[in-house]
Order: sequence, then structure tokens, then C-alpha cells
Amino acid sequence: MRETMMRETMQIVIVGHVDHGKSTLVGRLLADTGVLGDGKLEKVQATCRRQGKQFEYAFLLDALEAEQDQGITIDAARVFFRTERRDYIIIDAPGHIEFLKNMVTGAARAEAAVLIIDAKEGVRENSRRHGYLLSMLGIRQVAVVVNKMDLVSYDRAVFDRIVAEYRAFLEEVGIRPHCFVPISAREGDLVAGPSTSMPWYDGPSVLAAVDAFAKQPARGDLPLRMPVQDVYKWNARGDDRRIVAGRVEAGRLRVGDRVVFSPSNKTSTIASIEAFSGIPDVPTPTEVNAGSSTGITLTEQLFVDRGEVMSHLRDAPEVGTRLRVNLFWLGKLPLEPGKSYKLKLATHQTEVRVEEIVRVLDASELHTSVTKKWVDRHDVADLVLRTRSPIAFDPSERIEATGRFVIVDGYDIAGGGIVRALVPDEHQQLRLESRIRDVEWVRGEITPEERAQRQGHPASMVMITGEAGVGGHAVARALERRLVEQGVHAYLLAGKNVFLGVDADIAFDDRDGLVRRFGEVVHLFLDAGTVVVSATDVIGLGDQRTLQTLVAPFPMLVVHVGAEVDGTPEGADLRLDPGGEPDAAVDRIMAVLAERSRLRSN
Amino acid sequence: MSQLDDLEEQSVYIFREAYKHFKQLCMLWSIGKDSTVLLYLARKAFFGHVPFPLVHIDTSYKVPSMIAYRDRLAREWGLQMVVGSNRQALAEGMNHTRGRLDCCRALKTDALRHTLDGSWPRLRMGADGQYHEEEPREAFTGVIVGARADEEGSRSKERYFSPRDHNSDWDVADQPPELWNQYKTDFAPGTHVRIHPLLDWTEVNIWEYIQRERVPIIDLYFDDGSGQRYRSLGCETCTGKIESTATTTEQILVELRATKVPERAGRAQDQEDTYAMEKLRREGYM
Ligand SMILES: Nc1nc2c(ncn2[C@@H]2O[C@H](COP(=O)(O)OP(=O)(O)O)[C@@H](O)[C@H]2O)c(=O)[nH]1
Repeated sequence: MRETMMRETMQIVIVGHVDHGKSTLVGRLLADTGVLGDGKLEKVQATCRRQGKQFEYAFLLDALEAEQDQGITIDAARVFFRTERRDYIIIDAPGHIEFLKNMVTGAARAEAAVLIIDAKEGVRENSRRHGYLLSMLGIRQVAVVVNKMDLVSYDRAVFDRIVAEYRAFLEEVGIRPHCFVPISAREGDLVAGPSTSMPWYDGPSVLAAVDAFAKQPARGDLPLRMPVQDVYKWNARGDDRRIVAGRVEAGRLRVGDRVVFSPSNKTSTIASIEAFSGIPDVPTPTEVNAGSSTGITLTEQLFVDRGEVMSHLRDAPEVGTRLRVNLFWLGKLPLEPGKSYKLKLATHQTEVRVEEIVRVLDASELHTSVTKKWVDRHDVADLVLRTRSPIAFDPSERIEATGRFVIVDGYDIAGGGIVRALVPDEHQQLRLESRIRDVEWVRGEITPEERAQRQGHPASMVMITGEAGVGGHAVARALERRLVEQGVHAYLLAGKNVFLGVDADIAFDDRDGLVRRFGEVVHLFLDAGTVVVSATDVIGLGDQRTLQTLVAPFPMLVVHVGAEVDGTPEGADLRLDPGGEPDAAVDRIMAVLAERSRLRSN
Repeated sequence: MSQLDDLEEQSVYIFREAYKHFKQLCMLWSIGKDSTVLLYLARKAFFGHVPFPLVHIDTSYKVPSMIAYRDRLAREWGLQMVVGSNRQALAEGMNHTRGRLDCCRALKTDALRHTLDGSWPRLRMGADGQYHEEEPREAFTGVIVGARADEEGSRSKERYFSPRDHNSDWDVADQPPELWNQYKTDFAPGTHVRIHPLLDWTEVNIWEYIQRERVPIIDLYFDDGSGQRYRSLGCETCTGKIESTATTTEQILVELRATKVPERAGRAQDQEDTYAMEKLRREGYM
């Protein structure tokens, strides 16, 4: 009995075109492996008799009233069965095109797939579409079942023809099936055991093929990735731990490991691995592996946010704003460039837009359209996405869990995909430089968090932009005064002051050099805990993103002084009318600062 | 990692997602083994804490020791208990002799819906360990439930995060996709989301876990010397015991692995109508 604890479970999915026999196959597997509850088969058969319809194995699954009326399986139902080898959760993914989102839901959970094709109908639209989606969902273990062989007199030639055609197609999308099995789900040929009807076939039955799938090992051999799910500080029942919680998606972590959080580049050391047990005296672990939902404490008091990815110092994830992706779209409305969506990747969530549609593939025929300007429901596309703020990720080929994402339109998940590669944006070089700077930074004992707590507020930057002569400098001066009078450590850093001293050795038209040095000086002030106020002509709005990259993760508030008719430039948090009363302007800036908790440590 | 480890990690992950995304979050605790395992998993997810209220629907026909057990654990583990019931129907004498489905609908479905949306009065355990009328009452937008896919047909269609409209209705045919570990955490005002951390667990998994973690489940599941025990807990009036002399988790597991009788066979309301459960479930019954 005890060995059941050691039994493994595998989630598999059965996909294919509607009516090709998925439900029948599942019903058969249940009946033939003897896992149905006593009386279940008879009960369904009796119901059929009562309603005057022919019994179908599929009815075993169709427990829902609505579903039987409609005659199509409408959701990825979970069904359990077991063989000598292991326990299975089988996800009966439906084939009707309307329900593609259910198929995707089912298949995304699966470790292996059975693709079913009707021998008489041959390869159909969804046979292709599903094959393609399986490849995108990262399912590598696939068995193809050619069903209803009874309808083609168990003819080997029919089977061989389908195998040849479908194998070629799957090859194109990067799937190499483990085997092709000719069966009759209704008659039971080669489902759970051998068949006398097809002596020409000497391969495995469906059950044997499924048992031959290998369990995917947890990815402890990959670089460490723990996306931060949440940070807990209960301050209740005598518990004052600050626990960074998350699941180790890849690699392993040990107490004492030096780690970095991306994209903030904060570094620290793991002080403990936390775990709760109801059993007394169970020691907390000193090491956890991929797959664990865990929690850690750090040696320094450090504020990290959900969405950051914890890794070791070497082999950190990529950080950027432009991603080359493959995506499938399930939304009722098409995916359009220019519209803003929500991207969720691991635990990170950010605003995203389509920057470029490279090509759209009609998944059923694999026809390519390079001219289509949007992505329709059930299309598959090759795109460049641009996120509003930098995110940490990996190409999915390298680390799957941090290389796939979904897109939310309105309230619902409307699409999903995998990241192929980082596309450098204008700040990629600076981002790399500042990462190296942050990781190598020599620190004193005081963390920014402790400093913020002691002085009562965190460090941040307020950048005032606008044409010369609109009154930006007056606002900056008034703001510095107001802040200091309220006890905030604020400092007015004029771009010109940096220019006079720090930049004395470089050409005044070396714009990139000027911006970079200004950013580094600001970064020093921020690290020292200051609220930096600046209004400068050296830094235009266009450079504001560069500056943001350099000072991250310290927050920056961009205040633009300019006429309303010219609009609020992208990236500005607040617009002020030119030539206004500085005090009124300061009131508005102070309100935004307060709203964003920039003036109070939490 | 063993199967139980896999299930546990996944459940913990779901708990943490729920807690992060839903401000008005609660968990249903029926006192049965499933929701008690769920409660234990919550403590795993939050390192010994349960940072949201536990809602119990009291039909007044529960086995009395269930209520005593509930309040004892609540005080011991520092749980935030919220208790709701259909006071009006009870005052009018509703019971199973008026029709089991009608009784379930009034005392469970309706009570649950109105307790969750805050429209009916409900009790809350105070720092003194006693129950008081709760004021004000917020509507819960995230409700964690211990449903398992293997219980019966309709539950096998659930998502981990499953939206319900403002009538608590479940639109089975039009559910949003659920990919990898990305769940439905955005929802329109007036709707709420049911969250199912135990979806992939089987009845045997539950018992294996109870055994492994020594989860302190109520002793009604064990033979009290009469040669009978409960396999599934509900109202005293509608839940039958099974013949069994099992007094330990170990013995229950031996029994379970041999049986093919469905778990809820002892629940009278399930036998009433082929689609009884499905109907109740669409209306919000757990
Ligand atoms: N002759 C024959 N019919 C089959 C076989 N498998 C399934 N069918 C029939 O094909 C129809 C569709 O099967 P179903 O399992 O519902 O397909 P699904 O839509 O893929 O789930 C049903 O009427 C089945 O009885 C088979 O092996 N032989």
C-alpha cells in the first residue's frame, strides 16, 4: 500500500478534429482499465435506453445536461485512470473550433499528448491546428492515433497514407511523434490490448504508447529562476519574518547563495528557506529544487516586488522591453497594433503593445500572410511586443517557465505565446552597464530600505522638462524649498552643474556622454537617499527614458511644462501649464508624490 | 518529487495567486476532510497563517460535534471565522422532508450566495472567541473552494480560477482559457471568482496527505465503535454512514483503494435526480 505514495502521475491530453473519436477513446480507456465506479457504465447505458438512443462510450464523460444536448464535448474535462506503470489525469480536450481555448487550456497542463485522426476522414483542419499548438505549448511527447480503422476495413494502405501525410506536416512544426497507432476506439482494437484485426501492425497499443512516455524531470539542472510571487510580513502571532515567496521554476537554491533580483538588480544573500509543517520538529530545508513553491528570507532588509525574477549573480535572465514572440490568439476581438494590453509573464504583469507584426500564419493550412495588419481569433503570429517597463525573462527554448506569457484583453486571457528572443531597444547597452554597476557596487552596511526608514522617506527623482523659458527652473526651485521645509532630504541638481565639473573633459555636443554622466551622478545622490529635483535643458524628454534606465529601480517622476494643445508627451506623469504660479505647480507635484508614497517610508 | 509533493506545490501556488489578486478573499470550510486539507494547505502557503476569513454555512442540521470541532480549531489556529445561514427559511421550519433539493437550495445555495455577497446577516468570531453579528459586511470577490475534479461529472469541467456572474451562475460553456500558471485574476464589477486549489486531487490523495502531514481531521470519519463511519460529511439528516471498522487513516486508505463505490453514494440528494448536482452547482452550491 505504501508504494502508492511513490506512484507517479502524468497529465496527458487527447486532441484532434471534432468527431474523430476523442471522447470515445477516453471512454474506452476508462472501461478497459477498470477504473469506472461500480455501476457507472450500467447507469449510463440505462439512461441511453430510457432516452431511446444508442450507447456511446463518450457518454461516460458527458455528465452535463447541456453538453449532451449539444452533442459536443465543451470543456477539458479531467478524467483519472491508472495502469501498472502510473496514474493518469487525462484531459479530454474538445475539437470543435469554437472551443479552441478549452483545448489550449487542457493541452497547456499536459506533459504528453495523443493526437487522434479519423481514418476515413484523414488529416483535417484541426489535426493541423492542434499539432501546431502542441508545438507552441511546448509539448514534445506525442503519439498519433489513427482511429475508426473498422470503417476502412482495417486497411494498412489507408493507415500508411495518413502516417506519411501527417508525419510530414508535424515535422514542419517541429514535432516528432513517438509512434502512430491504428485503432478502433469503438470496437476496442489496440486501445488497451492487442487486436486480431490488424496483424500487419506490430507496434504498441494506445495504453502501451502512453506508458512509454517519460516523465519530464524537474529542471534542477538549469540556472536558478524564482519569480517573486509575493512578499509576506505578517507581524502577527509573534511572526516578524519578511518572506519572499515564489516557486522555483528552474534550478535550485541553497541557504547562503548570493542572488540578484531582475530587473531591479538588487542583490542579497539567502538567509533561510522557510517552510511550515503541522508536524512538530521538522527542520526547515537548507536547499530547494525546481518545482518547489517556497519562501526565503534575505540577510539584508530589501524591498523587492512581485514580478522580479531571483537568480544567481551569474546566469541572470534577460531584461528588456522588446520581445520577439510566437503567439496564438483566442480573443473575440482581433489583436491590433497600437492598442494597449496586459502582459503576464511568470509573475510579472505590465502594459504591452504590438510593435510589429512580422507575419501571421493561418494555423490550419500554415499559409503565411506578411501583409495582415492584425491577428484574428485562432491565428498564430510572429510579432515584436514592446512592454511599458523593462521585464525579466528568458527565451523559451532556454527556460520554458520564464519564456512564455499570456495577454489579457479586458478581463480575460485572450492569447498566449512563447518568447523567441530579446530585441535590443535603444537602452540595451546602458541597461547592461548599469546591471554590472549594480551587481558589482560596493555597499556599506546601510541598505536603501534602512536609510529610507531612518530618514522617513525613500529616495526618488523629480524631473521637470519643457522648452526653455516655460518656467521649469522656477518650479524646480520652489519644489526644492517646499520639500526641504517639510523635512525631506531634497537637492536641486542643475544639469549645468554636472556639465561644468564632471563633464569638463568631454565635448559639449557628445549628447549620449552628457546624459550618461548626468544619470550616474543622479544615481549616486539617490543611493545616498536624496530626493533629487532637476529641471534641465541638457536632458530633453527623449532622454528621459535613458535616465530612467540608469537610475532604476529608483522611481522617477516626469513633470512636463508645456501648453495643453501640445498634449502630454509619452512618458510624462504630469503636465503643467507654462508660466503658471510656481506655488500652485508645486502643490500639484506634491499631491502626486504623496499619492505614490514617495514622501513617506512604508 | 512524489505525486503528493507535486499536488501540494501546485495548490500552494494557487493559494498565493489568489491572495495576491483578491482583496475580498475568503475560503469555504465545510469541516469535511477536503476543506480541512485545504485549510492546512493555506497554512503551508502562508507559513502558518491563514490571512483571510473562513466561511462556514450552518444548515443547523450538521452533526453537533462538527460545530464544536470547527470552533476549537478556529481558536487554536487563530482563524477568522465567518458563519452564515438562511435564518428566514430555518425560522419557517425548512427541513429535508419538504424535498431534499429544495432544502439544499434554501439552506446551502441561497445561504451561501447571500452570505458571500454580504446581503444577509452573518456572524464573525471576535478576539474573545465568541460569535458576533458582523458589521459592516463586504461582498467577497474571491472564494476559495475545496472542489475536486474526481468527485462527480460536473466538477471535472472546472478551472482553477472559475468566474461566476452576479447571480453566482457558472457559464460552463464559455470559460476563459487557463494557460500554464496564468489564471483569471481580472474580473468585472459584480462578478466573483471561485478558486479551486484541490482540483487535481483525488479522494485517495486527500487521505494520503492527511496521513503524511497528520492533518487533524474530525473523528466522524473513523469508526466510533459502532462498526460504521462517515465517508462524506453533510447534514445528519441526509448523509448516511458506511459499514466500516476503520479507525485510522491507514485503514481508510486500504479500504478506499479497494472500493469502486463513488464517494458521494451516501449523499441522498445526489440520488434524487440525474442532473441534481449540476443544477445545484450552477446555482452556486459547493
Ligand atoms: N465506427 C467507428 N466509430 C467511431 C469510432 N470511434 C468513435 N466513433 C464514432 O465517432 C463519433 C464521434 O466520436 P467522439 O468520440 O464523440 O468524437 P470527438 O468529437 O472527437 O470526441 C461517435 O458517433 C462515435 O461513436 C471507431 O473506432 N469506429
